[in-house]
Amino acid sequence: MAENKGVMVYGEIMEGKLSSITTELLGCGRRLADELKEELLCVLVGDKLGEVPQKAIAYGADKVYTTEAPLLKEYQTDSYVAVLEKVVKDITPRILLLGQTSMGRDLAPRLAFRLGVSLSMDCLELSIDPGTKLLQQTRPVYGGNARATFTSEALPQIATVRQKAMSPLEPNESRKGEVSAIKVELDPAKIRTKVLDTVKEEVAGIKLEDAQAIVAGGRGIGGPEGFKQLEELAKALKGAVGASRPPADNKWVPDTLQIGLTGKIVTPELYIAVGISGASQHIAGCSGAKNIIAINKDPEANIFKEARFGVVGDWKQVLPAFTDKVRELLAG
Amino acid sequence: MPVNMIVCCKQVLDPEAPPASFKIDPSSNKVIPPPGVPPVISPFDEQAVEAALRIKDAMGGKITVLSLGNNLLRDVVKKPLSMGADELILLEDEAFEGGDSWSIAYALATAIKKIGEFDLIFCGRQAADWDAGQVGSGIAEILGIPSVTVAKKVEVVDGKAKVERVIADGYQVIEVTLPALITVSNELGEARYATLKGIMAAAKKQPTIWKPADIGVSPSEIGAAGRRTKLVKLFQPVKEGKCEVVEADSPAEAGAKLAARLREAKII
Repeated sequence: MAENKGVMVYGEIMEGKLSSITTELLGCGRRLADELKEELLCVLVGDKLGEVPQKAIAYGADKVYTTEAPLLKEYQTDSYVAVLEKVVKDITPRILLLGQTSMGRDLAPRLAFRLGVSLSMDCLELSIDPGTKLLQQTRPVYGGNARATFTSEALPQIATVRQKAMSPLEPNESRKGEVSAIKVELDPAKIRTKVLDTVKEEVAGIKLEDAQAIVAGGRGIGGPEGFKQLEELAKALKGAVGASRPPADNKWVPDTLQIGLTGKIVTPELYIAVGISGASQHIAGCSGAKNIIAINKDPEANIFKEARFGVVGDWKQVLPAFTDKVRELLAG
Repeated sequence: MPVNMIVCCKQVLDPEAPPASFKIDPSSNKVIPPPGVPPVISPFDEQAVEAALRIKDAMGGKITVLSLGNNLLRDVVKKPLSMGADELILLEDEAFEGGDSWSIAYALATAIKKIGEFDLIFCGRQAADWDAGQVGSGIAEILGIPSVTVAKKVEVVDGKAKVERVIADGYQVIEVTLPALITVSNELGEARYATLKGIMAAAKKQPTIWKPADIGVSPSEIGAAGRRTKLVKLFQPVKEGKCEVVEADSPAEAGAKLAARLREAKII
């Protein structure tokens, strides 16, 4: 059996470009590969890859493996697991990193079980144990109340990494690397799912993931009407509106606004939490914000443990005056 | 067509317990259960039961619930029965304790093979304790059946499942052949409450208990002995925890003062 060597990144492509999580994985993978004194490998899968392999090299990859086929136009669990199984068996990397995305969280566990190796999902920190050369994988557990560091001995070690937990390198277009194609025979009869439709529910305005200011509402907002007031404030701050889980579960806002362990992970400069108690699973999605501001009537609410500034009071009375003053200050 | 369904439900420490009550015993790398807060069915698993019940409501069928652990509290693990599930099987033995995704999925998949016939298996997208998010996909891989993860709606149409799968900016509608495994996300909506009639019916039902030997697994393959990952350290992240609470004579004044304070601090 071939020796397992190299750090492999599974690259995701969005609208024909390397997705931001992939550049982050390459940044992290480069550091791990340098520590191991091994190569950084990137695998790209799709129907037409165009210039993407060169971009992966610019972001730090030494070697890029590509699999192109019309059947791979859309992500399907069965086809993509089959491709990754073949690539991993051919190349035998020591470590495989994927993004904690819609695709990564579906693909990684099936692949790990097929290969008979273990996996840690949603990792925040990765490091190499200098003695054993094994990857130490730290991720949130217990709804964000705690963190756990795991390791495993079977190779490759597989981990998915949370978005924005790692930093990309500055791309260097003159960096040299190798690109090679891996041919995988795909049997359409073995793809047991069919994508009938893809429905975008993105709300108008700035995307939550890109927003520098977020006004988020929780159970305390009480219904869909209250979110209109949050929109006013978000507009004044040129930011976006988000929500904790209860408003999404109660259909006060679209599911896509949910921030937290199982929703979006956001990292704005300013995060204003209104009527949010601060359950750990919610904090898991916004703890990367630079400044958290809390407005809540319960002085014991956990959100005040996360916030830098806060007001204890009924948001219905606090928010209009706050919004007015924000408008005045930003106009002045 | 009546649909034959299996739902995997895990008993966990109540994730809604106040964060301040969350404590770790560093010597054993274990969580100390908060006093006076009983365990619950992991919320995503309850929503998996709800997904199965909605199909049963629409088309008829049978729901078998499978839970794994040791010294499981009957009041807790029977909740799916009181919501409307038909049967409860407990994989209950000390050998099942301390497992990771690998050993838990292996035991559950082996038990499902023993159950035999099914059209759909439901799991929560992840359990509220370890948040690993792997057991559903793992069971599907061991059984060799297709899986669709992170579902917010599941229907059975023309002998196939039609699943709305949550993605970052919306959802996909995916058709999958049966038998299949589906993992359920909170976007499905809240699980129904148990009815009084359901609670009384559940009280009369006795769970079937399976030991490792009953499903033909050796204790070395399951629980802590069957782990493929090693927990190196369990810890709580350190928080700075210094919030400046802005106070004023009225809530409105506090709001205005907060804005002024954010300007001073150059945040806005």
